[in-house]
Amino acid sequence: MTKQPITVLQLYPNDMNIYGDHGNVLVLQRRLEWYGYEPTIIHYNVGDAFPKSVDIVIGGGGQDSGQEIIHADLIKIGPKLKELAENDTPMLLVCGLYQLFGNFFKTLNGNTLTGIGILDVETHGTNERLIGNIVTNNEDFGNIIGYENHSGQTFLGKNVQPFATVFKGAGNNSKDGHEGARYKNVIGTYLHGSVLPKNPKIADFLIQTAVTKKYGEFSTDVVDDQIADQARAVASERPR
Amino acid sequence: MPHPFVIILGKTVRYVARLRGGGSALPGLFVEKISPDFIKQTLGQLPHGVVVISGTNGKTTTTKMVVALLEAHGLKVFTNRTGSNFTRGVAAALLGDIDIKGNLDADIAVLELDEAHAVHFVKAVPPKYSLLLNVMRDQLDRFGEIDATAKMLEKIAIATTDTVVLNREDKRVLEIQKSLTDQKVELFGLSDDLLSHFPSDDDMRNSSVKTTKRPPAHTLLTKYAGAQATYELTGKEYSTSLKLNGVYNVFNSAAAIALAHAIIGEDADINTTIATISQVTPAFGRGEELMLGGKPLELVLVKNPSGFRLGLKSFSPEGYATMIAINDNYADGRDMSWLWDVDFESLSNEGVSQVAGIRAYDMALRLQYDEVTIGHIETDLVTALRQFIDNNPDTPKRIYCTYTAMLGLRRELSKITKVEVIS
Repeated sequence: MTKQPITVLQLYPNDMNIYGDHGNVLVLQRRLEWYGYEPTIIHYNVGDAFPKSVDIVIGGGGQDSGQEIIHADLIKIGPKLKELAENDTPMLLVCGLYQLFGNFFKTLNGNTLTGIGILDVETHGTNERLIGNIVTNNEDFGNIIGYENHSGQTFLGKNVQPFATVFKGAGNNSKDGHEGARYKNVIGTYLHGSVLPKNPKIADFLIQTAVTKKYGEFSTDVVDDQIADQARAVASERPR
Repeated sequence: MPHPFVIILGKTVRYVARLRGGGSALPGLFVEKISPDFIKQTLGQLPHGVVVISGTNGKTTTTKMVVALLEAHGLKVFTNRTGSNFTRGVAAALLGDIDIKGNLDADIAVLELDEAHAVHFVKAVPPKYSLLLNVMRDQLDRFGEIDATAKMLEKIAIATTDTVVLNREDKRVLEIQKSLTDQKVELFGLSDDLLSHFPSDDDMRNSSVKTTKRPPAHTLLTKYAGAQATYELTGKEYSTSLKLNGVYNVFNSAAAIALAHAIIGEDADINTTIATISQVTPAFGRGEELMLGGKPLELVLVKNPSGFRLGLKSFSPEGYATMIAINDNYADGRDMSWLWDVDFESLSNEGVSQVAGIRAYDMALRLQYDEVTIGHIETDLVTALRQFIDNNPDTPKRIYCTYTAMLGLRRELSKITKVEVIS
């Protein structure tokens, strides 16, 4: 039997990749293979043609300079991404691209980078760096374990839900006690570490959503996540 | 001149700290508190001034090479040999070398300094020369962003009074020359052929490495294969065998040559330089080799993705048992994301015999996704080392380890074999 293909679109791997974002893509790729599907990873960079068919979108963190490089291109493809999001396509955006999937990012010196507005959030640059190990909790995914490192603080609007509640660490900002944002199947988060390897339930959510949407059903072999469980146990006990 | 009282106190603390087997930074901290001008006054006496070497990867081995080159040309050199590359490590090293009146018997000081500490250091003691090696993704949890780290190196360059030596192949380092008006600039670099062996973080996910036209360099590494390297200096090629291993160590030898020749000037003798470089061995933990039951055991320090990638590229796993030890203490960096920016597929055939350290399970998870077989996972370093040795009695061994894991492993290894003493 030929394997059913699933296409993963990775946004801007050349410029937005500094916090192990490759790890998230690798986890999707391998788990799709282990579940018996045929993953195709498309590396989308500035100026590339936007692919016709996309099942999962994933994007990572960058430095301020990286955000500036990709900004115009992201605005250009924004409507296509918005259409995918409205169409229930699963997406995971970490750190820098989480911010730019919001309404805007206002830097410390008053410059405003417009976002593509898929997530109703706004981000403000600060002098305070929220940094360290973080543990959050989400009803569907249980404890989520990662590492945060950002000086932009994100505030949520009405049309978006927090992704998780913070147990240990800061999260979106130093006030609200929640982390990330969720709209339909789009997840924005500050967590790296990378986030998917130690939180396979989120990886499986993205995969299962994409596969069910495309093929109507999802059948899987069980993946052995014992090492991930041990890594989660150790990481959640480490100092901030 | 520092007050003799301060020196006696400092030396006493150093002696006591050594008795309790402690690190080099404690007595330095002590002197820093009592006499903040201590380093400035003591280094200010040197006729050839101060040299600062900074950057993410390769400081310790490069410093070792620069010291060897200067000594071969007849200079008496003071250096912070301990690899304690913080300001107080420098103070600690000074305490060991000065006489009771505070005189340092040296012509020049060559200091390796961590980027953040170097920025503070050069405010107090402007260096005459500086060498800036590279800016790579390392300890982003301390410095925030790579661009922020590059800014630190720029401050070191601007504080330099005579010559700044820069890596032509690192775009953030090369960029620094635009901020320099009063200083002389010398570059070191690679031939186009070798450049493809040095993917930078920026090229990490780019398949092709660009070899655009670059400015001329003082010293070029043009060939490196086996243990043979060829350098191009002042338009002529020189080949030699090397005791260094690891392609990144060898590239840094070009940096050391460019810096040493900038310091020595017209009196630099190329034959002396090449002969000296051919004899330099790697610094501890940078491909250092110990003997265990008649078989070699190599320690390879890994601190960041580029260093780990280059390490894996430099040393073939064939015929070796491999162990990886990952800690996440402050000095190692707390964020484990970096492991996901290293490809471990080169270890697929042989597998990894032992995974160890506080974050052993993070490392094992990384290997699982590259489908590399794992023998044993053990967070306790001492137990893991025993297991690794017992399971591979007749095989040469190699351990990739983070900084604090390396210190722990060396402590344990010194109980069973000869390990170079680091004071």
